Amino acid sequence: MTEANITLAHGSGGMAMHRLIRELFLEVFADAELSRLEDQARLPGMAGRLALTTDAFVVDPIFFPGGDIGRLAVCGTVNDLAVGGSNPLYLSCAFVLEEGLPLADLYRIVRSMKQAADEAGVRIVAGDTKVVPKGAADKVFITTCGVGEIPNGLELESTRIRPGDKILLSGPIGDHGAAVLAARGELGMDCPVASDCRPLNHLVAHLLTACPHGVRALRDPTRGGVAAVINEWAWACGGCLRVFEMHVPVREEVRGLCELLGIDPWHLACEGQFLAVVAPEVAESALAALRAHPDGREAALVGEVSALPARTAVLHTVLGGERLLDLPEGEPLPRIC
Amino acid sequence: MRFLSEFRDPSLANAWVRRIEAHLSGLQAPLPIMEFCGGHTHAIFRYGLHQILPSAIEWVHGPGCPVCVLPRAAIDLACTLAQDPAVILASFGDAVRVPGSSGSLLSAKAQGGDVRIVYSPLDALEIARRHPEREVVFLAIGFETTQPATALTILQAEREGIANFSVLCRHVITEAAIRAVLADPDVRLAGVIAPGHVATVLGANAFAFIPKEYRIPTVVSGFEPLDLLQALCLLLGQLAAGRCALDNQYRRSVRPQGNLAAQKAIAQVFEPIGSAEWRGLGRLPASGVRIKERYGRFDAERRFGVTAQTVEEEPLPCSQVLCGKLKPKACPYFGTRCHPEQPLGALMVSSEGACAAWYRYQGE
Repeated sequence: MTEANITLAHGSGGMAMHRLIRELFLEVFADAELSRLEDQARLPGMAGRLALTTDAFVVDPIFFPGGDIGRLAVCGTVNDLAVGGSNPLYLSCAFVLEEGLPLADLYRIVRSMKQAADEAGVRIVAGDTKVVPKGAADKVFITTCGVGEIPNGLELESTRIRPGDKILLSGPIGDHGAAVLAARGELGMDCPVASDCRPLNHLVAHLLTACPHGVRALRDPTRGGVAAVINEWAWACGGCLRVFEMHVPVREEVRGLCELLGIDPWHLACEGQFLAVVAPEVAESALAALRAHPDGREAALVGEVSALPARTAVLHTVLGGERLLDLPEGEPLPRIC
Repeated sequence: MRFLSEFRDPSLANAWVRRIEAHLSGLQAPLPIMEFCGGHTHAIFRYGLHQILPSAIEWVHGPGCPVCVLPRAAIDLACTLAQDPAVILASFGDAVRVPGSSGSLLSAKAQGGDVRIVYSPLDALEIARRHPEREVVFLAIGFETTQPATALTILQAEREGIANFSVLCRHVITEAAIRAVLADPDVRLAGVIAPGHVATVLGANAFAFIPKEYRIPTVVSGFEPLDLLQALCLLLGQLAAGRCALDNQYRRSVRPQGNLAAQKAIAQVFEPIGSAEWRGLGRLPASGVRIKERYGRFDAERRFGVTAQTVEEEPLPCSQVLCGKLKPKACPYFGTRCHPEQPLGALMVSSEGACAAWYRYQGE
């Protein structure tokens, strides 16, 4: 590739597009199935049930401390599969490129996707590229599809949450939201926080191996943060999910940014943490298992489930008062993922 | 986190609650205490302070949320300006959701208006520097807390000779709103928690008129939970001792005379106007400021000569909530026709408004 920037020719179906596919995508992704260049990936059948997810990534800026749009696309898709208890296997990715995007940026993003896919142990087996005129998109948008296999007998579902259950969190919250917000450079301050963007499938598998029974539901708190997941679970199970502010890990840098901007860490997106609801009898062993894994050292027991008040998410404050764990209003942070 | 978690320490908070309980034994309940400032309202709900305090303490949430009291007409004017393709309208984030007659700045943005969220008026000035071909208008709102920053930005623009920057000035005066509430014969308060940020600028003495003229014990307070608990304790101490005076709890920020440089900037750029419109309170005398003639070229209203059609608000019970006569939840519109996504009344507009804080943290 000799050009410096993406042009409309790279999406034309002609020579330039073929060079882009062969010299960039096939070279970096290095997958036999992808390299066949058929119109579809052909994959073996599986013993368990099929899990399918799709996601679009439009994060701004495309590079931020701790990650970039490519790493985010792979991790986000892998994590959506993982929290259903499935073993992520294959990804597809479709790129919408804005005319003028530096090729060096695209290389960097694609390499980062490959690295994240290798970390997760998934294969990128299908792809598509479109180029739109300058101004019709912002640099690059990525849409993914992910396929995984759910072992037979495993049922993770929010409707299975019941009174007495405990709520676990895999680590500190809000890093991704804070990192992207700071990286936009609109705040005029340095915030030394990196996105937590990482694949969670190994940590989830580790938890499910240690506690094959008693894990009710898992969810990664992305947009809307922890507050959104806790509220969705409360509605789904019909009970009350109570979170203890004092036990929720939040990094000092993230807390400081939130204080300055008047936002709550509960509303900030994570891209490398998950919440788990577990039966009370396995809570201790589940927490111990998480903490024993290198990705789960900062895991904590953060809350519990009761029957009443029905369909309510409650925050028990550091001072001992209680209030609703509210959902964010409007759109506090557009284009966070 | 240093200088933050100390002020939220649960064991210290408990100790203050016990002191408050001890003071209460000699006092007749209930004790209606007004916190004027929306920042205090938000802190009370956010930390659940009202739940750890004895029920004898009855919080009356005052009108001190600048976003909430922003009148429809101001939003209508800002939306009209934002629709001009030459204009970039810069605003604080919480003001863009405030509803006008036919929509908010957020809806003006969705219709193609160039509305930018800024954290400081200096950010708006920076946009003007970077876009000399456009007109940048900053929607300036707030009490005396935010007035110095607007004033200094106008002075900076003048020094640099920036010709494409102006301010739609809707700053208001704290004292006028406090007087409006306290003058209501139905409002009976045992004490007032005075706003710590306004006092940082104007000085604690700016609130001496409350104990002096209205005979209500007053304490200037900070915004952390321990600040509020200590302030409450000072108030009850006054009541228990039969005193009626002004105490300053927020001494790490508030001096008796305030910040003289900030006051000078305000006096240099702004002048009082006869009256100003407040959402929920109506038109109040001596409650607003405008940009002085000398800096008239930075006044967006003089510069653009725009007007906007404003539809009259339907009569709502907001002023009764503001005066503590009606609890937010007892309002017939609360959570039905009036909620944070679609606020009808002033107090539902921003999370510092009593109704929105109640809705958000206490539920329907």
